[in-house]
Amino acid sequence: MSATGHHRYVSADLRVREDRRFVAGKGNFVADIELPNMKHVAVVTCPHAAARIKAIDKRAALAMPGVHYVLDGAELAAATLPLMTGLDTPNVPRRPLAFETARYSGEWVAAVVADTRALAEDAAEAIEIDYEALPFVLDAEQALEKGGPLVHEAHGSNVLLDKTFVWGEVEKDFAASPRKLSLRVKWGRSSTVPIETFGVVASWDPWREMLDVHASIQMPRYADQIGVALKIPTTSVRVHYDVDVGGSYGVKRGIKHTVLCGYLTRRLGFPVRLIEDRLENMRGGDAHGPERLFDVEVAFDDQGIVRSMKMRALENVGAYAGRSPFQLGKPIGAIVGPYKINSVEYRAIAVVTNKTTQDAVRGFGQGPTNLALERCMDEIANVLGLDPLEVRQRNLIRHDEFPYLIPSGTTYDSGNYETVIGKVLADTGYDELKAERDRLRGEGKLAGIGIAACLEPSGGNATFEALLNPAITTSTFMDSCRINIDGLGAITATMHTTSSGQGHETLLGTVIGEVLQVDPEIVRVTRPDSLNSLPSGTPVGSRMAIMLGGAAYHAAHKLKDKLTAIGAHDLGIPLARALYKDGTVSDREAPQNKRSWAELVQIAYRNYHRMPEGFEPGLSVEHVYQVPTGGTLPTKDGRVQMYPCFSFEFHLLLIAIDPDLGTPEIVRYRLGHDCGTQINPKIVRGMTMGGIAHGIGAALFEEFAYNDDGQLIAQTFMDYLLPSSHEVPAVDIVDHETPSPYTVLGQKGSGESGYLGAPAAIANAINDAIRPLGIAINTLPIKVSKLGDLIAEASSKKGN
Amino acid sequence: MRIELKVNGMLRTIEVEPRTTLLDCLRDVLDLKGAHAGCEHGVCGACTVLFDGVAVRACLMFAAQAAGSEITTVEGITPGPGELSPIQDAFCETHGTQCGYCTPAMVLVAHALLADNPAPTREEIVEAISGNICRCTGYAQIVEAIALAAEHMRGVNRPPSLTK
Repeated sequence: MSATGHHRYVSADLRVREDRRFVAGKGNFVADIELPNMKHVAVVTCPHAAARIKAIDKRAALAMPGVHYVLDGAELAAATLPLMTGLDTPNVPRRPLAFETARYSGEWVAAVVADTRALAEDAAEAIEIDYEALPFVLDAEQALEKGGPLVHEAHGSNVLLDKTFVWGEVEKDFAASPRKLSLRVKWGRSSTVPIETFGVVASWDPWREMLDVHASIQMPRYADQIGVALKIPTTSVRVHYDVDVGGSYGVKRGIKHTVLCGYLTRRLGFPVRLIEDRLENMRGGDAHGPERLFDVEVAFDDQGIVRSMKMRALENVGAYAGRSPFQLGKPIGAIVGPYKINSVEYRAIAVVTNKTTQDAVRGFGQGPTNLALERCMDEIANVLGLDPLEVRQRNLIRHDEFPYLIPSGTTYDSGNYETVIGKVLADTGYDELKAERDRLRGEGKLAGIGIAACLEPSGGNATFEALLNPAITTSTFMDSCRINIDGLGAITATMHTTSSGQGHETLLGTVIGEVLQVDPEIVRVTRPDSLNSLPSGTPVGSRMAIMLGGAAYHAAHKLKDKLTAIGAHDLGIPLARALYKDGTVSDREAPQNKRSWAELVQIAYRNYHRMPEGFEPGLSVEHVYQVPTGGTLPTKDGRVQMYPCFSFEFHLLLIAIDPDLGTPEIVRYRLGHDCGTQINPKIVRGMTMGGIAHGIGAALFEEFAYNDDGQLIAQTFMDYLLPSSHEVPAVDIVDHETPSPYTVLGQKGSGESGYLGAPAAIANAINDAIRPLGIAINTLPIKVSKLGDLIAEASSKKGN
Repeated sequence: MRIELKVNGMLRTIEVEPRTTLLDCLRDVLDLKGAHAGCEHGVCGACTVLFDGVAVRACLMFAAQAAGSEITTVEGITPGPGELSPIQDAFCETHGTQCGYCTPAMVLVAHALLADNPAPTREEIVEAISGNICRCTGYAQIVEAIALAAEHMRGVNRPPSLTK
């Protein structure tokens, strides 16, 4: 089966099998799981941006009916190890409950266990904590200044990471370029904010020495990290992967919640459950996303050809490391976007502040980087008086130049950017769009066209870890599939992680059905628990279609090969003469001689005397799949191959802004999207539309805003605004398929599509709209209030 | 306190605290897990149930307030074990769901909409679901699901002479 050949089930418009249970309300979410004698946890949070914990008075809480226990940070810290961060920063320990010092408003300080969640919340209010407020810092640039408050005093500074990479002759290219431009761009602190909060149920069985964990989790090495932190063998941790996760997009990494509950169930002897309420989730769930300040300089010529770029990215990671510093690393693998930029200098700085800890967010830092790059492309066009589309087209990597090596050491697999853009423009007509913009302007509106041409690195080769922390030598990134045909011929395939809406069961069924030429619907997909699982990197880095799909493809081929060999042997013909088709093996030279599926199964399970010599009985295979193009570590000069595949998205939209209110309305939205072979078009479309909606939120509405006292002031859905159906316009998606040469079916990733370009396109459209007023805005989110004020100020100046 | 609730056509007598929300009562007391807690402050809509046929937030009312009214949950509009209603089937056909967390509420909102308006426009569908946040789909395939369900349901029971 070739990547470009005709498929039977792959790319067909098949239903998504998971949907049936969800439309009936029969998902198995963590809050639906009830264990006998299960108790409930609520947490007590610090009201200060930074404070020393002087005393915790638990007496009143413990005296309340139904209350079983109050846990503080001192007890937990004595019994457990700090959580893994991936950085060599031993003096920045992260723990589930604050120990001695709390470092952000909302940080968890104590946990109450009671018969019901309501009683636990009542008791949490009765706990009296004596705090000594400490100086704090909220702003990343202030955190860099010497002499200011230190978030972790023992660390000696607020800097967790400060690394500079130079790929190519940057200074020479800058000197040789007649034009330079610098731009400061800020990505505001937002996140993915799933509608289901994080939750975990932990249950310790002291007789079997087994910790059973059901959680709303999406995280690599979860079971390992639980075992390490609780100081129990990983063979005593059993994570149940058959829990449906109610949305994640990266952030469902409740390791601190899990270690807390794991400790409590071991301490107390009954199952405990912690389901975050929305306030706990937004304030103390440690699930914020990037807050990144870019200073970008680009060197180019009069034609707009970009020769070189210097990018400084300053990340405000919040109070503890989490996964955030590494989110400065992933964009290195696509640092030049879809453009032929000859050399790059990149400085990545991560500082701690007294804000909520971050975790992985859709795109792992790629969205902010794409924003910075795409804002630059527009500004280059602006200073040269060129069309922004034309500037991009002049810089694009062309189809015949792939595979294409970028300065930072990654080779892009494939692409046909000019064709995707051409397809989008063929239907929309760029001139027509400009005419519509000008017509809107004529009607007194502010109107602008926004473009973004962006890449989605996919496949999850996370060697940025080794790049940012040389102590890490991980070059293995894998996923696995086991397939079993049982004694009656029925097929079961396994996957070894949770899903949060990506349709992985459908993915497995489709790929296995395709290879074995059987109806995907008959392939049962199960999820063994962590102790019975093969390795999985979990659904991060837009990797599952590539990695789980790849593992399933290879496992299915192993089975097909075994079935073919059994058939050939039983037919008494050489293997080369045997033909596998639709589950039957026949003799190519005498097609009437054949062995049916049932006969092959009969031989494998019950007729060992008919099996080829040396074959294992039965029909069980497994495949552990290493990421394509992976397996290398960074060179000394900081170059490395990261993700194997690069999907492309081209956003073209028209925004009209009410000049009096500042309300932006997306009038037209057209997207060109190329993620190679689409295994399930319904899923790809859903991911892409969801990504665009999420991108609209990041661009216009969503921000974890803090006041000057360090209090998070957007901590409900009334002040942290998620786009509703009114805010998401109809989007016309134009598909194109440039297969990846590195994947089994030509597929690339699409789990982050839409989100990686929508904010940049929206920011560009708004800037195009307000440019006639002589103003610009380079800080996301561009809230209506901010935009309205800016326009009013500029208009009044202009009017004067 | 003891209250009588009529849920999915069955009269149930249950014991709840006065402060128990309808959502907690449905999930924890009546074991109807299809209504989900998302924000518990009335914004996300994941807890939506039908209250005398009208879509309401179960997190914003007490169980006791529902006494004497007809409550319908997603379990109540599912025809039978393993069987889907035309609306649920349409959500499957267009893939109007991903993680499934907001989905039962979306299905109920669609149910309420189509009971009143068998041929809604796109704008009417968008308006109907605008109180329910979906973080996965960007809404497009939900809107299409409801439009498709409406089309299918309009076709049901039509005289053959009127069916194209």
